[in-house]
Amino acid sequence: MLCQICGKNPATVHFTEIHDNKMSEIHVCDRCAEEKGLQTPQAKHKFDIADLIAGMVDSVTSTEEERVGHVQCPRCGLLYSAFKETGRLGCAECYQAFQFQLRPLLRRIHGDTRHKGKSPARDGEGVSRSRQMQRLYDELQRAVEREEFERAAEIRDEIKQIEIEDRAVQTETEKPR
Amino acid sequence: MSAPSHDFDALVARPSPWLDGSGPKSDIVVSTRVRLARNLRHVPFTHRARDEQLQGVLASVTNALKRAPSFEDGMLLRMTEMSTVDRQVLVERHLVSHELGDGARPRGIFIAPEERLSLMINEEDHLRLQTMASGFQPAEAWSSADRADDELGTSLDFAYSEEIGYLTSCPTNTGTGLRASVLIHLPALVLLQEIQKVLKSIMQVGLNVRGLYGEHSDVMGNLFQVSNQTTLGQSERDSIEGLERVTRQVIETEERARERLIRDARVQTEDKVWRAYGMLRYCRSISSQEVINLCSAVRLGVSLGLPGLGPLHVVNELLVLTQPAHLQRAHGGELTLAERNVYRAQLVRERLEAADRQTGRGASA
Repeated sequence: MLCQICGKNPATVHFTEIHDNKMSEIHVCDRCAEEKGLQTPQAKHKFDIADLIAGMVDSVTSTEEERVGHVQCPRCGLLYSAFKETGRLGCAECYQAFQFQLRPLLRRIHGDTRHKGKSPARDGEGVSRSRQMQRLYDELQRAVEREEFERAAEIRDEIKQIEIEDRAVQTETEKPR
Repeated sequence: MSAPSHDFDALVARPSPWLDGSGPKSDIVVSTRVRLARNLRHVPFTHRARDEQLQGVLASVTNALKRAPSFEDGMLLRMTEMSTVDRQVLVERHLVSHELGDGARPRGIFIAPEERLSLMINEEDHLRLQTMASGFQPAEAWSSADRADDELGTSLDFAYSEEIGYLTSCPTNTGTGLRASVLIHLPALVLLQEIQKVLKSIMQVGLNVRGLYGEHSDVMGNLFQVSNQTTLGQSERDSIEGLERVTRQVIETEERARERLIRDARVQTEDKVWRAYGMLRYCRSISSQEVINLCSAVRLGVSLGLPGLGPLHVVNELLVLTQPAHLQRAHGGELTLAERNVYRAQLVRERLEAADRQTGRGASA
């Protein structure tokens, strides 16, 4: 068997990992193992993402592999097979489209699949309002790009209306009690 | 909203503030950096987006920046409008990645005053927020990044899922999108040949470590970058505290190694330091690599408290100011490799001489 990283030298270092009762194996040559810092199991994180995904190929059969490769993101059109080559997802929705393939991968990279950190600043009227403004600005720009000037004028009026309302609220709160 | 070029000139002319040698443990930790990766929900990730979409991202982000107090009085630089040398200057100052430095697509960077906070736009992810601090200050670097992120998050709709957190182009960043790192100088551990053991133990606790300059087998300047590896399953605080804990241990190990160096090999150590200083102080042509390696030795001497070597910030700053793009910017035109070496030697001599005059030691020491 050839090394899964360089594909040139015979694979002499073998790792087996078990996650969720599924076994997967990585076979690499001495040199690549040394280069990727694979002497210790913990050092597996040093793996390049594309190598990591390549390392998972063994755990699925080739027909299944082909089927999975054809899974496509409905939003940006990225094929799972293309993601496997580059290690880069195409858009936020790819996470949904490839969720069954990504979950074991995320577990493998991070040792976990659940977010425990912060969430975007939100809630409160001010926040949703500025989000709304942002969306309107984006829409306005798109309308101008497409030369849909009637639509652009509508959006512009909507933005103006919100700004007037905002100012009214501001003066209201600034009034001495 | 492009910055006037004199702003950029001013930026190039002064050394990055995070090299000023201030902050806790700055004799060993050069700087601390925190980076957050974010994307806009409705736009494909940078490498799959069309140029018009990336222009839209630039516009939305610029708008959001106007409402974010953390970024007040900063400047926006558009990569497409900058020369190769100027883009390289930003790479050398650790403000911009090599990817952003290519200048081919609608990309930009917003730099807040003092370079403590910056935002890369349309790098691998739409937003890469970065805070830098001199010395060992992970908690501080995190809290300013957190604050700036909240400010942007009030007006931008970030790609986020309750289950797996912030969605990033590469799954290695999914979750918190956080990369916290310290730039750490470990000359004594390298001299005593204990570095491999230390690097291995850092990796064993799930952190990543690599040489700042050069490939891993051939680290230049004894400078290493230690960073968190995972972004899912632990909170930002966990990651920051993990980095802090491990770095503290590495600092202690280096401190003990330095004590042993001075106790067991004082003359050899001082000799190495002063020879390095002498080369820098009197050279007439010098490569970038050599400057990095010699600066490492002088930096060790300064940290050990050897008198007459000048303050820490001078050697720190030389590491950046002697890089090719900074040199050519300072010279005001392109230089060949040989010319660069001569000009670099002149710059190094001048800066060490100026530091000498300030400490009142004179050039005759």
